[in-house]
Amino acid sequence: MIEASGLTKIFDGFVAVEDVSLQVEAGSVFAFLGPNGAGKTTTIRMLTSILEPTRGWARVNGLDVVRDAAQVRANVGVLTEQHGLYERMKAVEYLDFFGRIYHLPREVRRQRAQDLMARFGLAEAMNRRVGEFSKGMKQKLALVRAMLHDPPVLLLDEPTSAMDPQSAKQVRDAILELKNDRRTIILTTHNLTEAQQLADRIGVIRHGRLIANGTFEELSQRFVGDPIMEIRFGAPLNGAFEWLHRELDVVAHGEDWLRFRTNKPHQDNPMVLQRLISAGVSVITLSEVPRSLEAVYLQIVNEDENLTEKAHNGNHA
Amino acid sequence: MATTLKSAQLNTALERLNLPSYGKWWRTLQNAWVVTRREVRDSFRDWRIMVPIFILTLCFPLLAQGMTEIFTNFFIANGAEPMVDVFLPLLPMIVGFFPVSISLVIALETFVGEKERRSLEPLLSTPLTNLELYIGKTLAAMIPPLLAAYVGIGIYLSALIFGAQQWRPQAELVIQVLLLTTAQALVMVTGSVVVSSQTTSTRASNLLASFIIIPMSLLVLVEGLIMVNNLRHLLWWILVALIIADILLFRMGARLFNREELLGRTIDAINLKWAWRVFVSQLRGDARVKGVLSWYRYSVLSALRNSRDGILVVSFAILAALIGGMIATHFAPDWRLTPEMATQQPDLMQNFTQFAALSEMGFGVRYIFGQNLRVLIGAAMLAVFTFGVMSIFLASFTFGVLGFLLAQPIMSAIGYGVVLAALLPHALFELPGLIIGAGAATRLGALVTSPPKDMGVWEAWLRAFADMLKLLVALAVPLLALGAVVEVYITPRIVLMALGS
Repeated sequence: MIEASGLTKIFDGFVAVEDVSLQVEAGSVFAFLGPNGAGKTTTIRMLTSILEPTRGWARVNGLDVVRDAAQVRANVGVLTEQHGLYERMKAVEYLDFFGRIYHLPREVRRQRAQDLMARFGLAEAMNRRVGEFSKGMKQKLALVRAMLHDPPVLLLDEPTSAMDPQSAKQVRDAILELKNDRRTIILTTHNLTEAQQLADRIGVIRHGRLIANGTFEELSQRFVGDPIMEIRFGAPLNGAFEWLHRELDVVAHGEDWLRFRTNKPHQDNPMVLQRLISAGVSVITLSEVPRSLEAVYLQIVNEDENLTEKAHNGNHA
Repeated sequence: MATTLKSAQLNTALERLNLPSYGKWWRTLQNAWVVTRREVRDSFRDWRIMVPIFILTLCFPLLAQGMTEIFTNFFIANGAEPMVDVFLPLLPMIVGFFPVSISLVIALETFVGEKERRSLEPLLSTPLTNLELYIGKTLAAMIPPLLAAYVGIGIYLSALIFGAQQWRPQAELVIQVLLLTTAQALVMVTGSVVVSSQTTSTRASNLLASFIIIPMSLLVLVEGLIMVNNLRHLLWWILVALIIADILLFRMGARLFNREELLGRTIDAINLKWAWRVFVSQLRGDARVKGVLSWYRYSVLSALRNSRDGILVVSFAILAALIGGMIATHFAPDWRLTPEMATQQPDLMQNFTQFAALSEMGFGVRYIFGQNLRVLIGAAMLAVFTFGVMSIFLASFTFGVLGFLLAQPIMSAIGYGVVLAALLPHALFELPGLIIGAGAATRLGALVTSPPKDMGVWEAWLRAFADMLKLLVALAVPLLALGAVVEVYITPRIVLMALGS
């Protein structure tokens, strides 16, 4: 489990992260979203006891990131933003080196390395120099390194960047397996589909502040409003049934389709269907318009931008 | 039981020094060794490192041996046989220095090169402590070049011993060369950590590396001159100085090589605006400062408190120099000034009474004040480049001379009352001024060896610099000015009164 409260980091007067509070339950995935330079990596560095918070506190697996820094680092597997591999080493030597640092017995570190490399399809590359690896292979090797000591907490900075679709899927599957294995995972990504697919909770960070935090449903509800339903008709309505416009919050319509927003779909949808059918209208489908995390994310960022602008103008006035 | 007690005592002492305890030290070295092994193995795979090391280890000693033979024959042919004995000891050190200079390249590569390639962060996210990483990397940067240097020296000496020269070097010379080579390597490695901690690119660190390689090359030249002049005992003192520099630089490097400094510094750009804000805010003091009086109360006093360690060190150094000077009188009988000398030089007392008219002799207030201020500013400037050592030295040197003079028999002949009357009145102002100024400068210089944990080195340095300026302007300079006035107009009258005229 990861908890943080009021986490702030200031570098030489520059506020990189400000007052970030979050809670990530064991066995769940938390995705950090945000533009480049928003403070995601600095937050992760504080949670891994690499950087000391200027203010606030954080506990990782019950350990204080300042007081128990070395233990926190022993309990965390980190995939850094840049994989940072030693290119002249063979993969087997590289993993052995990190295994030694974590004091894994010789047999254990060999076995773990072999198993993890096989899991990510790198078994054949064990004795190849890292410099010969492709970008995706390097990223996977870095992930193997992060998982080598079997940590209960994983902090993954853009885990599937530079990977081909098949490798990215392997990594996503591995993350889901780890989650099912009760590991606590924080990941940062620019791939919103991936975040939506993997994360139980999502946090959006901008200018160092956590401007939104919640499940996808909570964030959608809060930032893009109630769900939108779409009805597809068997034939054009030709302006008939004006009551639909009167009684529903119609957001868009065409000749043979109509979209409306509702905060009580369980009541509105049966009612609409019943009235349409009793009026002899053929209805092909009635379904919720899928909402993407991208739309939610952009809305969150836009709202924050407007707020910042207002505050800025207010200060000038 | 005795062993347990010793171990417990050792642990307590180490805890006090904020170092890992006895058991932890072993663990620290073990962990550091994991890093060292990897780095050394990596170095051995890098042809850019191995080729020069190989050439300098094997080819250079043989080249040097060939040159030795040519020069030896030349000296003998020209009847300058004694020159052979002067010349031969010189080359082992140079043969050792060339491979050791590679340690600088490796150190910059392992510290700043890794930072640049971002391969340091995975290491920083492991449970390894900053000290373990630092020791591991320092050893890794030193081991290959040092081994190469030892092998090179061995090859060169073997060629001389078993070759045509049949030269038998003194054991002391060999030990000196090996120790100096090791200490020089450590200075270069620890120095390069300091350099690399302030940069984010190998290009920038290579530029800054000239601050290490140039002084070290000059030092080797000086060592060569010492050897040529057959003053080899001085090499031991150079070794002591190098060891002190090693300790200071190691400590400084250990403090700078930390996760905060390494990852907090992302660009080398100078943020002058921020620096100016920090400097001015420290110079001015906190919000309670409303005018000059409150500035003295809240800002100057606080600067004085911040500089108390430096002030204490300078005070002790002055006291030690005074006592040392007095003691030195007993060890230098040739320099002793006896009362008889006063009778042999009847104008001595006359000169002393002229002290009463300092201003007439051209030693006006401006001259004395200017002289003292120059010393203080010189001490402050040198402190920055010498970790505070020179400010302590310059502040206490005069007192060593004073102690030496005070302990001279001639002084008892003149009368201590008169001597003290000639010193104390203005010393009451000048001495605190000097101690405060030099103390603040010492703090500024030494700060980089042990920066505070709650801020970056640059910010801490700016604040210490502002404190020093504040103390100079608010206390040291006014005290020196007052001291100069007293020295010119009051002290001479007191001396005259003491002389009874």
